[in-house]
Amino acid sequence: MHIPDGFLSPSVWAPLDIAALPGVAWVARRARLETEDRSIPLMGVMGAFVFAAQMINFPVGLGTSGHLVGGALLSIALGPAAASVVMTAILVVQAFVFQDGGIMALGANVFNMAIAGVLAGYIPYRFLNARWRTGAIFFAGMLSVLTSALLALSELWVSGVRLPNDLPLWLTLGLFVLNGLLEGAITVAAVGAIGRLNPTWIQQPEPSNARAKAVFASAALLLVVFGILLASEAPDAIQRLTNISLPEVSSAWLHKAGAGLGGMALIFVACALTSRFFARRQRSA
Amino acid sequence: MHHVVVERWSRLDSFLHSLDARVKFGALLVFLIAVSTTPVTAQLAFGAYAVLLAVAALGSRLPLTGLLSRAALVLPFTGTFALMTWWAGNPERALALAEKSFLSGFAALLLIGTTPLTKLVAGLDSLGAPRALLLVIQFLYRYLFVISEEAQHMRMAASSRMGSAVGGRRMAAGAVGVLFARSSERAEGIYQAMLARGFQGHYPMAAPPSIMPRDAIFFASTLVFCAAVRFAL
Amino acid sequence: MTAVVEVRGLRFRYPDGTQALNGIDFTLRAGETVALFGANGSGKTTFVLHLNGLLTGEGFISICGEPLSKNNLAKIRAKVGMVFQDADEQLFLPTVLEDVAFGPANQGLSAQAANARAREMLDHVGMASALDKAPYHLSAGEKRRVALAGVLAMDPEILVLDEPTTFLDPPGRRDLVKLLKALPQAKLLATHDVSLAREIATRAVFFEKGKVAGEGPIDEIAERFNWTPEGT
Repeated sequence: MHIPDGFLSPSVWAPLDIAALPGVAWVARRARLETEDRSIPLMGVMGAFVFAAQMINFPVGLGTSGHLVGGALLSIALGPAAASVVMTAILVVQAFVFQDGGIMALGANVFNMAIAGVLAGYIPYRFLNARWRTGAIFFAGMLSVLTSALLALSELWVSGVRLPNDLPLWLTLGLFVLNGLLEGAITVAAVGAIGRLNPTWIQQPEPSNARAKAVFASAALLLVVFGILLASEAPDAIQRLTNISLPEVSSAWLHKAGAGLGGMALIFVACALTSRFFARRQRSA
Repeated sequence: MHHVVVERWSRLDSFLHSLDARVKFGALLVFLIAVSTTPVTAQLAFGAYAVLLAVAALGSRLPLTGLLSRAALVLPFTGTFALMTWWAGNPERALALAEKSFLSGFAALLLIGTTPLTKLVAGLDSLGAPRALLLVIQFLYRYLFVISEEAQHMRMAASSRMGSAVGGRRMAAGAVGVLFARSSERAEGIYQAMLARGFQGHYPMAAPPSIMPRDAIFFASTLVFCAAVRFAL
Repeated sequence: MTAVVEVRGLRFRYPDGTQALNGIDFTLRAGETVALFGANGSGKTTFVLHLNGLLTGEGFISICGEPLSKNNLAKIRAKVGMVFQDADEQLFLPTVLEDVAFGPANQGLSAQAANARAREMLDHVGMASALDKAPYHLSAGEKRRVALAGVLAMDPEILVLDEPTTFLDPPGRRDLVKLLKALPQAKLLATHDVSLAREIATRAVFFEKGKVAGEGPIDEIAERFNWTPEGT
């Protein structure tokens, strides 16, 4: 779900772009902390791998086939910080070299897929892996894609891009869920194949405990709050439909931008707390 | 994959090609911001933007049909949403959506069609973008075609054993596994080659050449034009 | 002639338990060119990776009279120039010039001096026209030559080449052989290409299951171990 330019309104892409640079810089620093010196060529090559892996068709029956998106796979193989950096690099190359996704929209796409999508792809694996490995990997894939898609849709919604009222909600949701199921299945297959070749390539997170569950719950809660913040903009957007021009510079703009930035700040705080917690656990091991 | 058209374009020669990467990137941002903030009714403005892009396309010496067809790749996606917006009772917004996304795509294409990615990365580095990310992008781009070719060979080998172009699920998973394995080993080999040549942890990043007067003029005129169109039309 | 590489009793075991090297004794003298033969998995590449400290095993290794240790790796890596089998893994920077300048830059040269040295070496290997090219666009032979230039730019005393003639077409191979013949450094070639060895090496060492099974003149070793593609 790469959002092209021209779809998002400035009150959506601007705060996301502004927040993206320091956010990505921070994640990049964390990634280098969590892996050793060889991390940069490894991350680059893994990015190229995901590109190439997306070319491989997975038949799903009825004559159709799907392909891997890769956020969850990267999270599971490299850890969330490195996975975020790799996904960001992939999105930048896709936007610039392949015109897949807009340039002003990069902040939004990076947030949706490289930050939220990667985190959503890691949390189920981190916490369910000990009890039910296949399920953990499946949910990681599914949640990763679902989260990115839902965030993209919210951003489009806030920007005034509408689905026709006649289109049944269950159809849209159904398509999303199908997409998620597909990614879940493909991620399970791919991680399985990789693990069979060499188990050390897949990170094995430690089994969770109560404190970990609390951090997970707060991160999930914050993501939900952000989603609600975005959705609460919907009444404004409906009003705008009856007006012809978008209010570009007005208190409404500032209000939405403020909500957007506030939501972003919450997410970053959640990510910071979560990752510091993980890092502490790893160092004490 | 070797024949990524835009990559070939970026190594040609023209006025636009000769401009500094940072200046072109800045001009693109100015243009994109102007387009994005233009009200949906300002059809004259969209026309003016199109004229600007046409002039720039001339200055890039890139094939016009190629540019138009590549920029049009965004239209199916945009068209769907535009149609839905039209159906929802807002034809002006629908038209504006299609125009904005086509204009934006075309402009981005002009940047990438006249600027090799490595020059763009070096320019962004000097502007202060996170260096670790830029280095990963550089490595990604360096090995993108190499690994994609490997994947293509695997697809060919698989399909010659299967008889149809679509292999089984297990074969696809196996292919992903092998690709991952090869990539992992490749990354290790790269790191060893770096150590063998004395790598101490500092990655080299090319410094871009200095800004010339023509770069400044180009940027200033783009800025003035876009501002004029945005606020006057 | 002085020994530039001395190895005594080198043993190495991989993390998975495979004993890759079982006590290797080896000497390389200044100006010599030695060919390393052996089946895949016999330990040739593993051995060669010890010579610049990429792998660390048990035993004694000295390069130009200095024993290898954690503290002098930078110096050793400047003395031992290694050309790897996979040229794509060796040319990892965006352009040819940047890549060849990588080694000298790591040795402390300024960007300008490193670039000048890179240009000199590219000229020496006949790749001066490829300065601004991306490595992806080069042929196998061209990549091999650029990789060699990148190594020569560090002014090594010893050259180690792992399978240097694989994937080269006849003209590419001819050019490489001509180049190698003209280089004064002591050379160690791990190779399956027996005719390459006949052209530029003076002696061969045969590896078998991590040990040196024999050494001597090329033809003698090739016959003793039945190591020619044509057979006896």
